[in-house]
Amino acid sequence: MRIAAKPNDYAVNLQGRQRAGLMWRALFMSATIVGVLALTALLLNIINGAFGYVALEAKVDPTTLAADGVALESQSKDQLVALLRSRLSAGAFNKLDGEMPFDRRSRTDVYDIVLERIVRYNVVRSWNLWESLVNAPGIRAEAEAAVPAAQLRFRAWLNPDFVAGKQSSEALTAGVRTAVLGSLWTILITILVAFPIGVGAAIYLEEYAGSNWLNRVIQTNINNLAGVPSIVYGILGLAIFVRALEPLTSGEVFGVVDPTTANGRTVLSAGLTLGLLVLPIIIINAQEAIRAVPRSLRNASYGLGATQWQTIWHHVLPSALPGILTGTILAISRAIGETAPLVVVGASTAISFDPSSPFSKFTTLPIQIYQWTSRPQSEFRSLAAAAILVLLIMLLTLNAAAILLRNRYTRRA
Amino acid sequence: MTVNNSAEPSSFPTPHLGLTRRPRRREAIIRGLLFSSAAISILTTAGIIYELGKEALLFFQMPGVTFLQTITSTRWQPHTGEFGVWGLVTATLLTSIIAMLVAGPLGLGVAIYLSEYASPRTRRILKPILELLAGVPTIVYGYFALSFMTPLLRSIFGQDIVQVYNTGSAGLVMGILILPLIASMTEDALSAVPRSLREAGYGMGGTRLEVALQVVVPAALSGLAAALILGTSRAIGETMIVAVAAGAGPNFTLNPFIGAETITGHIVRISGGDMSYDSVDYNSIFFLGLLLFVITLSLNIVSQRIVRRFREVYE
Repeated sequence: MRIAAKPNDYAVNLQGRQRAGLMWRALFMSATIVGVLALTALLLNIINGAFGYVALEAKVDPTTLAADGVALESQSKDQLVALLRSRLSAGAFNKLDGEMPFDRRSRTDVYDIVLERIVRYNVVRSWNLWESLVNAPGIRAEAEAAVPAAQLRFRAWLNPDFVAGKQSSEALTAGVRTAVLGSLWTILITILVAFPIGVGAAIYLEEYAGSNWLNRVIQTNINNLAGVPSIVYGILGLAIFVRALEPLTSGEVFGVVDPTTANGRTVLSAGLTLGLLVLPIIIINAQEAIRAVPRSLRNASYGLGATQWQTIWHHVLPSALPGILTGTILAISRAIGETAPLVVVGASTAISFDPSSPFSKFTTLPIQIYQWTSRPQSEFRSLAAAAILVLLIMLLTLNAAAILLRNRYTRRA
Repeated sequence: MTVNNSAEPSSFPTPHLGLTRRPRRREAIIRGLLFSSAAISILTTAGIIYELGKEALLFFQMPGVTFLQTITSTRWQPHTGEFGVWGLVTATLLTSIIAMLVAGPLGLGVAIYLSEYASPRTRRILKPILELLAGVPTIVYGYFALSFMTPLLRSIFGQDIVQVYNTGSAGLVMGILILPLIASMTEDALSAVPRSLREAGYGMGGTRLEVALQVVVPAALSGLAAALILGTSRAIGETMIVAVAAGAGPNFTLNPFIGAETITGHIVRISGGDMSYDSVDYNSIFFLGLLLFVITLSLNIVSQRIVRRFREVYE
């Protein structure tokens, strides 16, 4: 393959060269196709895992719990409460009553408790969506042969109960509400901390900083920080926010310590750690947005006698706002999906109460996914798939909102 | 801010617009606040170096840990007091190399296709897809590695050769993760090559492939090298994929089909369990974190230097 070396050389072996060109073009295109295929495989694999048949075996067969000929599903609330009273130990019953009195609970709530505590369904086999759709008779036969006592039901692991339910160690009753709320609390703190500091730093670097060595060092430093692995931020957060600043992050200083925690592994530490992590991203994006504001706008403002800060606040920032917001949304998307730094900072593995303050224990959605993925049983794998779908939907909504916001602001400007 | 709009041509009184440089305290305060925001980044780096360094030093002062043994031994067994770092480092290198073997050629191919061959309409469809790949959280890739890639490898190579936790599938999925990064950086570098160079090549009779491979790619070589180095740095620092799919025990091996813990996976596993402050495990995290920080920082700096030194400036 030589580009023409001599005049009149243009057509040397043209066909061969063009054939080679076609072959390489196919190679490059196949590289792109591999990328698209990978994305498709990823999404399909997750959806595949989140739905499917399950074989449920009950510890206590619900048909034996029929009272006066009324099947369990149709019993009234009083009958169900009587059932609980007779089957549970006195201590357990009183504990449930203490958490919320039975007359205040709804019938569905009591029914759920009956299922969870007395009937105790257990997943003995599960299949993924593809198998369930394609090989339903085969699955039925397999279930009959291997676990004849079990009921076969099609379960959508991603269902409204899953999204709204709290965390539990039982696969069938587990929900992601605790984790989602933990994520939202953490992100709130992250944004409250990182947005002002990040935009402030960007304004300084673009508007005020001269080109002396200190400012060059700051700029290089920010670029380097953007490339530091996220787990290093987690280690930093562990050392500084959890350990060194424990009185602050656990709430001792404010007198609002969470009685079950009493150490620095709180939502506040997590939010601050993630804040440090996304700070370089926000700064770099905000810098680009501010840089894109035309010089003429600034000069016009100065020409009318405005001070530097007046120019920035009234003209530069509003003009750069869409870009800054886009960068912030990018940073939030990154922060929502981060797992490693929060594991190091100390996400709790077994909390079942929603976070109520910045000083409470926390778990986040990616961490929940990590914990469920690490369990060997297949039903936890399905739970992880359902939780991943929740996470992806959250991210998709966020990014769609970002694009809408950006379009709206750009049009107005 | 007052603006005098009365432009009477005859009598033009000198308006007191206050344009003289009288000291404005509020401006100075604001400037100081903004400077401190920028300086927080310096505090972050200083904090990283200080905290990691301090605890790493503590680690080396613990009984049974010597610097020489750490850097020469290959077994990391805290309960027997052995802290050889090479087992973890080899596993990290193994996964990163596999990831780059996947992401490098594929990323390059995608970038060349997008910048030299694809029509604008194709590019408009493909680029968002690539960005989607880049935006997926890493834990999702970890799940993908465990539930799709490992069974795939096991069905191809046999169940007794490929273990349930292995570095191969983690490396392959990490390659998919890094692919968009390398593709977008390389595509930026290729697009930065001016059209005149391409036209000159076409004018000399080159086919599209020849111009792409013999003119454009060499011209953008510094950007390519920077992309590859940054991709390696990202692969080294990647945590969740290896934590989920690569195995939970340090293992000094070059076999990608068996499990081996990487530096990052080890850090995550140790901090996920019960950990008391000032124990050997706790301090070892900081040493490993410092190691990781130094490696990735060096790679990033090298990448920046390459771009600055070798980038061809055309116009």
